[in-house]
Amino acid sequence: MSAPSGPTPPEQAAARLAFRRLAAIVWKEGLQIVRDPSSILIGFILPVLLTLLAGFAINLDIDHVPVGVVLEDSSPEARDFAAAFLNTKYFKARVGHDRREFQADLQAGRVRAIVVIPQTFSRDLARAGESAPFQVIADGTEPNTATFAQNYAQGVWLTWMQIRAQGKGASFSQPVTLTPRTWYNQELVSLNSLLPGGMAINLTLIGALLTALVVAREWERGTMEAMLATPVGRFEMLIGKLVPYFLLGMGAMLICLSITLLVFRVPFRGSLFALLVVSAVFMVSALGLGLFISSVARNQFVAAEASILAAFLPAFFLSGYVFEPAGMPLPIRLLSRIIAARYYVSCLKTIFLVGDAWAQLWPNMLGMGLIALAFLGLTIKNTARKIA
Amino acid sequence: MRLARIKALVIKELLAVLRDRQSRTVLIFPPLLMLTVFSFAATMEVKNIELGVLDRDGGKAAVELVQRFTGSPSFTRVFRLAGQAAIAPTLEGEKAMAVLVIDADFSRDVAAGRPAQVHLLLDGRRSNAAQIVQGYAQTIVQRYNADLAERAQRNGPPATLVARNWFNPNLDYLWFTVPNLIGLLTMVIGLIVTALSVAREREMGTFDQLLVSPLSPLEILAGKTVPAMILGFFESQIIVTAAIFVFRIPCVGSLLSLFASLLLFLFSVVGFGLFISSLCNTQQQAILGTFTFMMPATLLSGFATPIECMPRFLQILSLADPLRHFLVAVRGIMLKGLPFLDVLGVIWPLAIIAVVTLTLANWFFRRGLR
Repeated sequence: MSAPSGPTPPEQAAARLAFRRLAAIVWKEGLQIVRDPSSILIGFILPVLLTLLAGFAINLDIDHVPVGVVLEDSSPEARDFAAAFLNTKYFKARVGHDRREFQADLQAGRVRAIVVIPQTFSRDLARAGESAPFQVIADGTEPNTATFAQNYAQGVWLTWMQIRAQGKGASFSQPVTLTPRTWYNQELVSLNSLLPGGMAINLTLIGALLTALVVAREWERGTMEAMLATPVGRFEMLIGKLVPYFLLGMGAMLICLSITLLVFRVPFRGSLFALLVVSAVFMVSALGLGLFISSVARNQFVAAEASILAAFLPAFFLSGYVFEPAGMPLPIRLLSRIIAARYYVSCLKTIFLVGDAWAQLWPNMLGMGLIALAFLGLTIKNTARKIA
Repeated sequence: MRLARIKALVIKELLAVLRDRQSRTVLIFPPLLMLTVFSFAATMEVKNIELGVLDRDGGKAAVELVQRFTGSPSFTRVFRLAGQAAIAPTLEGEKAMAVLVIDADFSRDVAAGRPAQVHLLLDGRRSNAAQIVQGYAQTIVQRYNADLAERAQRNGPPATLVARNWFNPNLDYLWFTVPNLIGLLTMVIGLIVTALSVAREREMGTFDQLLVSPLSPLEILAGKTVPAMILGFFESQIIVTAAIFVFRIPCVGSLLSLFASLLLFLFSVVGFGLFISSLCNTQQQAILGTFTFMMPATLLSGFATPIECMPRFLQILSLADPLRHFLVAVRGIMLKGLPFLDVLGVIWPLAIIAVVTLTLANWFFRRGLR
């Protein structure tokens, strides 16, 4: 723009005017946010509500699984083994003597599994070299809980065998033992990885859903055309929309951060700087998506549907927030690559639990940046076509 | 209440939704798209695991053990690490979900019958997946132990848990997700149709015209409830058909009890929808209000996590969530063949929810009248 000798006075004046125009638009949009109850709802109330709810409700650390223990064998050893199920925090066990007692409970979902200790249990146990089978019948309608129940039952069994062997003075040793150690989240508290990921949902709601709705309303009411008829350029319009919602999103992010750290005491090993940089990049990509949707939809109902479909649901299901992308079929894994939230969730978990691992953050920021550029470019193109 | 008036209102409502091409499209395609994508995405299963191996031993037993991981269908890529220094970047950069470390004298210990150890380092950022991978690895090692014991003619520890899973013997995750999505998608449709129909009329001012017409508020309420239920029920039939014939989810219970629960569920959902829209003046408020209800309703429904694992106060709060009751019913009917009386025992709270929300909606509409 500027000549080597510096800007000439008319150019300077034009630049100043453009800046003042931009400031005026940003101010107008900002006022609109502050005065609109729905932006307060999405920008402040929903992030607080969602973070608190997710913190309390989404608990993947399954314990106190209700089970029925069927004691068909009444020998002291069988009773001792049954007691092992009563004494672990992983199960909430009820003991009965007939498996039919629990079948209706399993069907109605009152117990998640039935542990059957058969009549032959202590006899088999006494015979050297004989295995003493017991059965765990889990409710397969919730596969995750079923897997956990089976794994926990295996754990109870191994611990009980160990204690029993020690009691007899024998050593209970396996040829090979596997010692698992978890990095970044030693106690495997699921909250520690879920809450950071949840921030992506909140920013998506502000960036995509709220922005799409607001801009679609402007198209619906015709105020957008009125704005575009003024000397304000398309690019300035875009910036004018981006800045206030960007600030709203960053504010919501800081609210989520404080709740996550103060109420749920999730570790924060990275720096605030890294978090701000990464969130800023993501926020621009979410805003880009929101503006793009509204430039296509121009009607609040369709904009709402589209942003729920294209922004919120992918951020929830495909980002790795709750569900692990590695378990999904290939087409869906590829689809998740164009979801900005996927990169953001990965960064969030890394910043909270690992630290400022820039080698891991850069590629993710690049992914989000490319998505942001693509959507903003499409929006500018679309707006131009509509006016023409 | 005059039936003829309600009928006229119902026909008018149905026409309003179905005549518009855009809202027709929005009603039919997104739910089916969501059903397809999210039934495969909403899985807690862990497949395609990448495992890094640091084998400091290199002996026969170590190679054997690694081969077992390579041969397992859950671990799709097993690659070797050069040294200790490679572990951190591998886990940090998410190049592997876990790293298996075999110490230097592993093979010697195994051969001599001394207890040998291997370490599994897991990525705690993916906490649920880490636990499942740990379970897989534990199973592989147990099986290796059993084979070692057999080979040495020693009596190893009797590994004897016989695992059975009823109602879903192979723990197919789709059998869990698809019935849940029937509930979730039906709820979304029921809410959006009701909340928006009232809000749009309010924004355009035609709702006031309805209020000053000879129709009583109760008739208006019925006229808004019935079309939403018809549309929602029709939609849910498409989803149920897709679930049974496309996704091949078994339905061992009676379809009649499924339909009965769907209708009662829709009744309570529409009640919530009308209640929300009785509080809103614009479409935007209605959309966001619906959303603010939908998020907690989904979180507390038991879809993402079992309700028993939630704190007490949330368990009580979840009783007001229609989706929570319906999910128990739909899984019970489709997968477990729950008898009708037991189904009733699960879904009766839906009737209470419907009556309470509709009463509140009626009260707020009346208040608007004055």
